[in-house]
Amino acid sequence: MVFDGNEKKLSIDTKVVHGGKCYDPLTGAVSFPIYQSATFRHPGLNQTTGYDYSRLQNPTREEVENTLAYLENGSFAFAFSSGMAAVSTVLSLFSPGQHIVVSDDLYGGTYRLFEEIYKKYGIEFSYVDTSKIKEVEASIKENTAAIFIETPSNPTMKVGDIKLIADLAKKSNILTIVDNTFLTPLFQKPLDLGADIVVHSATKYLGGHNDTLAGFVVVNDINLADRIKLIQKSVGAVLSPFDSWLILRGIKTLSVRLLKQQENAITIAKWLKNNHKVERVYYVGLPEHEGYETSKKQATGFGAMLSFTVKDEALVEKILERVKLIMFAESLGGVETLITYPIVQTHSAIPKEIRDRIGVNEKLLRLSVGIENAEDIINDLEQAMGC
Amino acid sequence: MKFGSKLIHNGHEIDKTTGALSTPIYQVSTYQQDIFVPQEYDYSRSGNPTRKALEETIAILEGGKRGFAFASGMAATSSALSIFSAGDHIIVCEDVYGGTYRITTTFFQRFNLEVTFTDASNLDNIKNSIKKNTKAIFLETPSNPLLKITDIKGAVKIAKDNDLLVLIDNTFMSPYLQRPLELGCDIVIHSATKFIGGHSDVIAGLVVVKDEALAKRIYAIQNGFGAILGPQDSWLLLRGVKTLKVRLDYQQQNAIKLSEWFVKSPNVNKVYYPGLLDHPGREINEGQADGPGAVLSFEAKDDETARRFMKKVKLAAVAVSLGGVETIISYPARMSHASIPKNERERLGIKDSLIRVSAGLEDIDDLIEDFGRAFEE
Repeated sequence: MVFDGNEKKLSIDTKVVHGGKCYDPLTGAVSFPIYQSATFRHPGLNQTTGYDYSRLQNPTREEVENTLAYLENGSFAFAFSSGMAAVSTVLSLFSPGQHIVVSDDLYGGTYRLFEEIYKKYGIEFSYVDTSKIKEVEASIKENTAAIFIETPSNPTMKVGDIKLIADLAKKSNILTIVDNTFLTPLFQKPLDLGADIVVHSATKYLGGHNDTLAGFVVVNDINLADRIKLIQKSVGAVLSPFDSWLILRGIKTLSVRLLKQQENAITIAKWLKNNHKVERVYYVGLPEHEGYETSKKQATGFGAMLSFTVKDEALVEKILERVKLIMFAESLGGVETLITYPIVQTHSAIPKEIRDRIGVNEKLLRLSVGIENAEDIINDLEQAMGC
Repeated sequence: MKFGSKLIHNGHEIDKTTGALSTPIYQVSTYQQDIFVPQEYDYSRSGNPTRKALEETIAILEGGKRGFAFASGMAATSSALSIFSAGDHIIVCEDVYGGTYRITTTFFQRFNLEVTFTDASNLDNIKNSIKKNTKAIFLETPSNPLLKITDIKGAVKIAKDNDLLVLIDNTFMSPYLQRPLELGCDIVIHSATKFIGGHSDVIAGLVVVKDEALAKRIYAIQNGFGAILGPQDSWLLLRGVKTLKVRLDYQQQNAIKLSEWFVKSPNVNKVYYPGLLDHPGREINEGQADGPGAVLSFEAKDDETARRFMKKVKLAAVAVSLGGVETIISYPARMSHASIPKNERERLGIKDSLIRVSAGLEDIDDLIEDFGRAFEE
């Protein structure tokens, strides 16, 4: 099993199984070794094996980084101890006085990081509906240095047109940053669409088992890569060898997991749509979803995240109490179906005026669809909703 | 609840203390005790919460009462065989895994356990092998590497009539495709290194039984001999088993397509796969399992072609083992069955042109393209 440089031609479901090096060249082990080593012995003065100290680089982390770069069609990837550590590292590229345009419908933790930490360092943020290119254009100022988007957005699944945004950004020398957590490179490759930086919470679909926290940054440009590498090794929010290995292990089943999760999500979205207690369903895979066409153009799948509002607010508490198979927990992307109440969990850090504008209200629930049998998930929802 | 949901929700998906969605890894050897109050855990060889979560999970999946986790598939097989005594006789299906052949013909022979190997796909052979001191039948179906099918219910009937235990190695099928306890078997054995772990990164074995008295005998050996599975590896199996269905569904689909492609290939003389219409055991397999599985073997048109294929293949790992996410091809004559003497091997049909394929999760087009290239001169 030796790749010969034609590997770019392989399908993504083959790539996920084999990763970067696909095996340990020293022993032939088909599972990459966990190099649980803090430091590395030098062969002699001014000599290195390529590894000096694990904060700078570790062979297991390097393998997961190369795998991510390979899957995202990027040239360089960097692994961090959480998704927020990855986002934070990207934010550290900017300086006081610079301005960043951000999707208004985004993960609450990202919002908190921007507002409560980076604002203090003098970075300015504007939150706009990035599914509307006009709004993005109107928000660009002289000091705008980047556009940060989540697409599909969290939790109302708005779809931003990555190529349109990246083209617009390029004209003004602005970096385009895409959080690709919801779709993963299996379905969406933002770098191919012109984005400069891809970020991931690998805790979600890439890890896929709700058991590891991890984040990634992927880029193509070598200068950008050098700047990120400097922050990674200086700040030190690196991913540990064991967690790197768990993410490598998780990625091997990314394709089979996510395809099954998406199939389940489509079935559940249709079921919710026809449920008389449900007011509205937010799922990119429904043809009536406003982002459906854009999504079909830039992604090869719709993912497995969906949100819905119930007509009666009182039903929310009942659902959260009564679900049995579905677990009431934060996070997403794992093999288990999880239900989240964004207003009190993931999006509590976002001010009410923004929440109201984007539709994160008391009646909204988010579902991360797992790989269980779809009928069992629906039966659980049915009993929890008292249908 | 359907099997695919049971893999995720079986009572061990949430830690009772913290609500964590992943079972904690109790990397611990001993436990603080209150000597006046009996408690469940005292020493991790006897019991460990992470291992117990795995043992209970496999018991649920196999439809059994008790599960036991061991340090390898062979540790599971050896521990299960250790319930017998000197002078007992067991009947073993003849193209059993090479490691099982080795342990029964060497190690257990020293303790005067008598073994007869027979082609169990013909039930008359089992009947004719029964002696006064016969205590058990040991089956593997589909068998390795020729994918012969044994009629489990038929073998169980013979066993019941003669008061014998039926032990079955269910590694190739996993509980997703075949649940032998439901068909009347007494002891299910797994090399969990294969489909249950599924990622070629853990060595582990499992034993499941439904009878409480038998469970006590197995537990006495697990605890006494101590070939237990560690907490970290137990946890990795718990993680692996969650994706058993999505992996195996896809792998089986790839295996079906590969078997059809091999049948058409001019470089192949014969394909062994229970999913093929002309496989002699196909109907019996359909009656006792939910699919033909993801392992197949084929005979290349000559030894030279087989050797060339093994040398040129790129996408598949050339390795022993099976059931991982990556396609693995092996050469039984030199690898898994090397411990069986050559003349015995050839009598069994394990020729030097035979190659075994464990289908992985790669895209089928990539696999077929690579295999086609590997056959080219």
